[in-house]
Amino acid sequence: MSETTKGRQGWRAFVRSDGFVSVLAVVLSLIVGGILIAVTNKDAQASAAYFFAQPGDFFRDAWNAASGAYAAMFRSAIFNYEGATATEMFNPLSETLTQATPLITASLGVAIAFRAGLFNIGAQGQVIIGAAVAGFVGFRLHLPAPLHILLVVLAAALGGAAWGGLAGWLKAKTGAHEVITTIMLNYVATYLLAFVLLTPLMQRTGSSDPVSEVIDPTAVFPQLIPGTTLRVHLGFVIAILATVFTWWLLSRSKLGYRLRAVGANPEAARTAGISVAACTVIAMALSGAMAGLAGASQVSGTEMFVAEGIAATIGFDAITVALLARSKPLWVFLAALLFGAFRAGGVGMQTDTGTPVDIVLVVQSLIVLFIAAPALTRTIFGIRDRKKAAKAPKAPKSAPPAPPAETPAAQAATVEGGAA
Amino acid sequence: MQLELKNVTKAFGDFVANDSISLTVEPGQVHTLLGENGAGKSTLMNVLFGLYQPTAGEILLNGQPVRFSGPGDAMARGIGMVHQHFMLVPVFTVAENIALGHEDTKGGRLDLKTTARKVREISARFGFDIDPDALVEDLPVGVQQRVEIIKALIRDAELLILDEPTAVLTPQETDELLRIIKQLRDGGTSIIFISHKLREVKEISDVITVIRRGKVVGTADPSASSSELASLMVGRDVQLNLNRVPAEGGSPALEVKNLSVVATNGTLLLDDVSLSVAEGEVLAVAGVQGNGQTELVESIMGLRPVQSGSVSLHGDVLTGRPVKEVLRYGVGYVPEDRNVEGLVGEFSVAENLVLDQLDRPEIAGRLSLHRAAVARNASDKIEEFDIRTGSASAAASTLSGGNQQKIVLAREFSRPLRLLVASQPTRGVDVGSIEFLHRRILRERDTGTAVVLVSTELDEVLEMGDRIAVMYHGKLMGIVPGGTSREVLGLMMAGSTAEEAFEAAAGSAQPGSEENLV
Repeated sequence: MSETTKGRQGWRAFVRSDGFVSVLAVVLSLIVGGILIAVTNKDAQASAAYFFAQPGDFFRDAWNAASGAYAAMFRSAIFNYEGATATEMFNPLSETLTQATPLITASLGVAIAFRAGLFNIGAQGQVIIGAAVAGFVGFRLHLPAPLHILLVVLAAALGGAAWGGLAGWLKAKTGAHEVITTIMLNYVATYLLAFVLLTPLMQRTGSSDPVSEVIDPTAVFPQLIPGTTLRVHLGFVIAILATVFTWWLLSRSKLGYRLRAVGANPEAARTAGISVAACTVIAMALSGAMAGLAGASQVSGTEMFVAEGIAATIGFDAITVALLARSKPLWVFLAALLFGAFRAGGVGMQTDTGTPVDIVLVVQSLIVLFIAAPALTRTIFGIRDRKKAAKAPKAPKSAPPAPPAETPAAQAATVEGGAA
Repeated sequence: MQLELKNVTKAFGDFVANDSISLTVEPGQVHTLLGENGAGKSTLMNVLFGLYQPTAGEILLNGQPVRFSGPGDAMARGIGMVHQHFMLVPVFTVAENIALGHEDTKGGRLDLKTTARKVREISARFGFDIDPDALVEDLPVGVQQRVEIIKALIRDAELLILDEPTAVLTPQETDELLRIIKQLRDGGTSIIFISHKLREVKEISDVITVIRRGKVVGTADPSASSSELASLMVGRDVQLNLNRVPAEGGSPALEVKNLSVVATNGTLLLDDVSLSVAEGEVLAVAGVQGNGQTELVESIMGLRPVQSGSVSLHGDVLTGRPVKEVLRYGVGYVPEDRNVEGLVGEFSVAENLVLDQLDRPEIAGRLSLHRAAVARNASDKIEEFDIRTGSASAAASTLSGGNQQKIVLAREFSRPLRLLVASQPTRGVDVGSIEFLHRRILRERDTGTAVVLVSTELDEVLEMGDRIAVMYHGKLMGIVPGGTSREVLGLMMAGSTAEEAFEAAAGSAQPGSEENLV
């Protein structure tokens, strides 16, 4: 086999890989988002009225709207080339990192659960509990800075771990499905926080609003670049460490090996003497701990106090990010950065061009949709399905001419292919 | 009907599943396709049945070239197929199943009476003894298969394809099926019989075509010896006879006493089973699939809670201990379905080789796996057990059945064993690997390990068992010496006690049954 055919096969394998579908999903969503921006743009709508007289006008306006919006997004998410000072230029990047920080750890949590075969919908609740605990430790205890920060982080992780572990324990003990229990625990966490914020336990003295005391300065995560207005803080370093830890956990550690075995084939894991119940509880607790860390960075990194909306939609976006990254820790990190950029950029897009920030949500949702339907995404880009191709015996290098859709065909092919 | 395949080629991308296959099936002939799993038999039949389009070559029926765009076309031209896995709706009656897709109607309404009448006609003609109003789920497997055959015949099939039809049958049911096939053949129906079981192939075939790696490697006469056929199928010399030395009776190792298992719905899955296996002895557990063998094995392993009774090994009670402890106690386990319980398909070969070895300090420390040790272990085992894989990091699911099973066996043999529990160790495994796996198990036995080998294949039971236990409906029908005749075992598998079976076998005096032994 010559080098070129090898290279070509490598390329083909890459193009058919699930990872590439994620990339395509992002590209496709941005294209669809661009079309939406274009058709909702006032100028483009105006020129559409005389589309048949001068179609060029419409296309020019549509292009300007979409490209303008995305350019504004770039300027406020990555690098502001129109900025006057260095701080102004790099502020967008700092904002992106700040937005991404809680998302990274929360998404890592969802990813850990995924790899252990558990669908943790409860990251939101775990973030809330983590934030509440972090806030409580932050304003109730008065300690020197490094110790206080460490305690805030630990408490948040433990709080999240307890909340996630509870769902895991329910599943291991009673078989209650984690999707149901985590969704319900989300509500419990949300309303528990709302309640506690109105009790003397947390409510700010002299305030009638459901907000907590402001945390001590010793509990605040320091800025990474002190003396500037750049908000990126210690939480981002914690997120990097969490990413490395999760990578080590899942690909190097004994525990991670067990978790993955349980996730990939619980029957085989059980037969090999691995306790599925213990792994379920541990996976959910670890997952919750990561989400709890996100709560700590919300409180100690950006907000400085606890309010009802402290978790924003981090817990839910985390599911999207984990899906997008196919639960691979390093990809989770990158995907969370992308979503951080969307958040930071969406705001700038709205202020600069008047494009509603909701378009970002549409793009985010479309990404999930395109990932959930890989066959659709592959078809749009004209890539043949890897899974179908693999059904033929001995993993052929290109897909077979589509067999008829009858089930016996598929079954027979699997039987033969499986035995081959 | 005469069927001719001319240079039929079916390629999936670069992979050629069928390479220029030519064969002719004459009317009223049983033409056997003999080949290992993955040799391309099923692909060829799917081409013939219209499920795949051939890449090249042509199919001729009675000299006329035909092209099928789907199974409907093939059926319309008189080709019927009985799949290995039945395509029946369990909650429908026989008549409803047979009518499905081919309904008799009267004024737009379903006319099951006509179908039922036709079923009775065919049933009477071939002595099938089938009640068209019976629910399919209530029928034994052998009868369900006859329903499938009727389904083909009612559509006027002149050529019947039987894909591994005996895989799910008891020996008696197999004999019955072979009788039916002969009857159909004598009535002029052409039969394509797919199998890798040499005994029945030799008994039923008029012509044998051997397929290996997608190519016809030769035709054989049914009178050829089993070793010749096996060698042709595998492509090298195969010693079917393991020349095994009988076990030297050691002291009892495994003791199972009055073991009972009850399902959640109250049915008795394992009914007061007692048996013992000595050191250095293979106890083969025979029986039709689903007669309590799974429950027996899982209770020994601690994978299933038992209602009453006990399992002990060398005097130490295993019942009630978690799987991990049972394994640590020196019990090796080859589970029934390697893809479900034996392997993690998406894990690499190397990772699968240490799945239950994490307690070994050389494999894993307190926190992390020793990657170098895992890799070294993998390369050792791959060499020792001749596991054919591109690399140790290939996903286990990409390997063939035989090589997957070698992974499981290699892993279980990585630690000193006192008992090996092997459930269906050679199911879906090619002939060459079967030989290898059997030899390894016997070698382990010779070191003094007690072996419990569960198999639904009588060949394997007879090949391996120093003693043979037969299970039926969760009960132990008896334990008989190794080498007991197929007839006796067959009767026990259908619910006779050992005494009754020996008596019936002696009384019926069927001189034919012994010479069928391979």
